[in-house]
Amino acid sequence: MGFIRRAARTVLLSELLAGMALTFKYMFKPTVTLNYPYEKGPLSPRFRGEHALRRYPNGEERCIACKLCEAICPAQAITIEAEPRPDGSRRTTRYDIDMTKCIYCGLCEEACPVDAIVEGPNFEFATETREELMYDKTRLLANGERWEVEIAARLKADEPYR
Amino acid sequence: MAELMDIWEGYVWPLLWIVIKIVAIVVPLLLAVAYLTYAERKVIGAMHRRKGPNVVGPFGLLQPLADGLKLFLKETVIPSRANRGVFILAPCVTFVLALAAWAVIPFGEGMVLADINVGVLYLFAISSLGVYGILMAGWASNSRYAFLGALRSSAQMVSYEVSMGFVIITVLLCVGSLNLTDIVMAQKGRLGLLNWHWLPLLPMAVIFFISALAETNRHPFDLPEAEAELVAGYNVEYSAMTFALFFLGEYANMILMAGMTTVLFLGGWLPPVDIAPFNLVPGPVWFALKIAALLFVFIWVRAAFPRYRYDQLMRLGWKVFLPVSLAAVVAVSGFLVAFGRLPGLK
Repeated sequence: MGFIRRAARTVLLSELLAGMALTFKYMFKPTVTLNYPYEKGPLSPRFRGEHALRRYPNGEERCIACKLCEAICPAQAITIEAEPRPDGSRRTTRYDIDMTKCIYCGLCEEACPVDAIVEGPNFEFATETREELMYDKTRLLANGERWEVEIAARLKADEPYR
Repeated sequence: MAELMDIWEGYVWPLLWIVIKIVAIVVPLLLAVAYLTYAERKVIGAMHRRKGPNVVGPFGLLQPLADGLKLFLKETVIPSRANRGVFILAPCVTFVLALAAWAVIPFGEGMVLADINVGVLYLFAISSLGVYGILMAGWASNSRYAFLGALRSSAQMVSYEVSMGFVIITVLLCVGSLNLTDIVMAQKGRLGLLNWHWLPLLPMAVIFFISALAETNRHPFDLPEAEAELVAGYNVEYSAMTFALFFLGEYANMILMAGMTTVLFLGGWLPPVDIAPFNLVPGPVWFALKIAALLFVFIWVRAAFPRYRYDQLMRLGWKVFLPVSLAAVVAVSGFLVAFGRLPGLK
């Protein structure tokens, strides 16, 4: 009996037709995809995207050139040079991140005692040349200005868990 | 002056008329090919619960044109160790053969470019020749992947042509003619779509359709271009227009196979029910609708099934379809003779 049933199933293509019926049913179900460039998924406040250097509300840059981020960076993507400013405060003269080396681990952000270097919510910073991914201090500070509202909100949202 | 008129009426005008008819077939065909790729991406997208192309133009309707333009503008790379002549000839062969086969397909009553009496044989011969394009591509590329793909493809096409031939013979036995128009007209009857060959020859129709899938190297028989193991099979080394010609040829072949199935089993241009609202619709529209439905099944099958393993493919062709279709030839001819319904004996 089993043999006959198996043979009938093969000859009548019942399994194949069942599979096709299933795919046909799925054709009318709503899509589960995001219409990406026009529609974006939610991001966690801990999302680690493009780096930014922040400033205090009075416009002073936060970074005090302690070089903890440079030290902790496992990919050695950060290069910092520093010397005292004319007013005596210690500030960086050079703060470069090689974004092609960066592994987006977020350790720089965690090491920073003054919340100066952060990884922001931006992940759309693809460039046409490699050189454009060698970020310098100006670029990072500009990022900070551009994303400050989002970054501040994210840091606040994540505050209780830090 | 009279001589000039003679030349015009005797040679030039008939030639022009044929060229006009060819253009009237080829241009809609190429458009259909372009939009078949679009339909494929959209339908498979929907079956995967994706959106498919939706950016270029409204609903992505200009996507095929954008793709075509892209392929047109790209550089044609010819591998330095390839056999140049054959390498370039191969896609042309595939493309030309895919188009040439359309000469005998009847789009409506009397609407056929070449109403020859061996239409089926012509179609069968042309679709068999298609293997040369692929074989030449695989050989001339001088690449292992391409060569393996071409070997698989030719083995597959040869295997499935055998059973396809027997299936066609069963249809020919019922009709008594090799002319495609006659084959369609033989399916005309009071019962409408129940009179078409698919019902009396149901297993044959299914075998023919599955063989058509294998013949056009479509899923689940797309071993020649199995991207997982062969990268892209015989067309790995092709780029730009040479690739586009392969692509167009392949899709034109798909439409051709759907058209062949329609003519042999689904009553060609005949309306499904021969009553007022249906038989007022012109024949070519019905023909196009039936082809579109079959092409939908081509795409649907691609979304539903995984690829066959090579030995499974060969087993299906030689150990299942061949004996079954051979038995069917015997059974059908036995039936026709026993009940005195052999069309030639009338």
